[in-house]
Amino acid sequence: MSNAITAEKLSFSYPSQNEGEPVRVFEGLDLNIEEGSFVAILGHNGCGKSTLAKHFNAVLLPEGGSVHVFGLDTVDEERLLDIRRTVGMVFQNPDNQMVANVVEEDVAFAPENLGVPTEEIRRRVDDALKTVGMYEYRTHAPHLLSGGQKQRIAIAGVIAMEPRCIVLDEPTAMLDPRGRQEVLDTIVRLNREKGITVVLITHHMTEALRADRVIVMNDGQILTDGTPKEVFTQVELLQGVGLSVPATTQLLYALRQAGYDLPLDALSTEECAQALHEFLKA
Amino acid sequence: MLKDITLGQYFPGDTVVHRLDPRTKLLLVIVYIVALFLCKWYVSYAVALAFLALAVALSRIRLKALFKGLKPLIIIIIFTALLNLFYSEGRVLVEFWIFKITYEGIQNAFFLVLRIMLLVMGTFLLTYTTSPIALTDGLESLLSPLKKIRFPVHELAMMMSIALRFIPTLIEETDKIISAQKARGADFETGNIFRRAKALIPILVPLFVSAFRRADELATAMECRCYHGGKGRTKLKQLHYRGRDVIALLLGALLLAAVIVLRQFAL
Repeated sequence: MSNAITAEKLSFSYPSQNEGEPVRVFEGLDLNIEEGSFVAILGHNGCGKSTLAKHFNAVLLPEGGSVHVFGLDTVDEERLLDIRRTVGMVFQNPDNQMVANVVEEDVAFAPENLGVPTEEIRRRVDDALKTVGMYEYRTHAPHLLSGGQKQRIAIAGVIAMEPRCIVLDEPTAMLDPRGRQEVLDTIVRLNREKGITVVLITHHMTEALRADRVIVMNDGQILTDGTPKEVFTQVELLQGVGLSVPATTQLLYALRQAGYDLPLDALSTEECAQALHEFLKA
Repeated sequence: MLKDITLGQYFPGDTVVHRLDPRTKLLLVIVYIVALFLCKWYVSYAVALAFLALAVALSRIRLKALFKGLKPLIIIIIFTALLNLFYSEGRVLVEFWIFKITYEGIQNAFFLVLRIMLLVMGTFLLTYTTSPIALTDGLESLLSPLKKIRFPVHELAMMMSIALRFIPTLIEETDKIISAQKARGADFETGNIFRRAKALIPILVPLFVSAFRRADELATAMECRCYHGGKGRTKLKQLHYRGRDVIALLLGALLLAAVIVLRQFAL
């Protein structure tokens, strides 16, 4: 399968606040994201995961090395709109990414910017709102909706561009558990049903469990990379950088430490319960 | 406590007046204001009043709502009425001490009050029956000829709609900041006016800081959704003049013509 996003020897630094050395974020980072995959990027605050995301649609440009999205080099200013239309981006605070005070007008914002004809905008807006399950709310004012609903509107606003990849930068950080579930279900559906490549940046381990691939970042570098099972079974490595593992893994790990022979890769609650059940029976 | 503030109040509805193109309504309001200033005598005021009455009746906006809009202007209305009442030359009706009330004074005061009231109610009818979005769209479209002289019409309309969008968000934020400062012992209710004004600083500073942060994030989010100014932009809802708009504009033209003709006869 071809690559959606390729970063080669990416380096980047922020200018420092008070005349000192610039703050280096990445140094020679290599990363490939396959088309159609669902990738979760995990890490602490300040590990560079948001900065990395901003490189994926040319909000930030690499200092050294390069970033290609679907074959387009992000430094190519001529193709900027094509890059941003191909890789959509959803941010943390839904309030700060809405421009209009009617839901459907907000979803229409991106296609309007792209100069899509009126009837086509109508179709895209309706499609996008149905995909996120907010079609009944199309004439509502966004400030009267719940956080989860607002974030789904923000996602609809990005899908209306018909992107091939969506990058979500901690989209659930400001939501209550219910809103978080709504948004996560929507994201999973986009990936499974529409075949959109999804890059989910998060610090919730449970959200990362639903991805095909998990990348853990620490200090601007990739600490480990693999399927959720491969990543979360490396309990010592994750705890070493101060990341917690899912509660199920934590339980199984503690039991193994105490000398019980249990599998460590039962990640979901059901799998974990099954594993414990079988162990107790034996 | 700030939740009850409604700016640019809009009463949703599905009447002819609601469905008129916002540009038609904007033009009608301008025509109406011009007509009001051309009115001279009872007959022309009666025509202007009838025109507004027709519009109000068609819009099904309750009179109570319209009069509510007049409330903040009561002092100005009374003040101008009194000035006209006492400072008009003409046939004296009553005279006491240094004041004299003339027949013309009463008439002038009456006309002026009527004019202000009709003017305010006319413009309120516009905001009551037109959503803020439709209003900015209409304004953008009406002003678009000014683009030729490089007047930033699209930018202005965009700023207006974003400002409208963020009013509820910022009100909510202000509420939160007030509660937070109160919880830390801030006092907004006692003391003289200077003291109270000073007490607002701990509200305004965090509000501004957060507003700038929001603006920054919003700008990034807009860029990510391919915003690059008004060039080559299309619209979800295109404005179209329809039959009813033509009729409404004809009625407006008729009103203006009638008032001008009546003016010739000093009616």
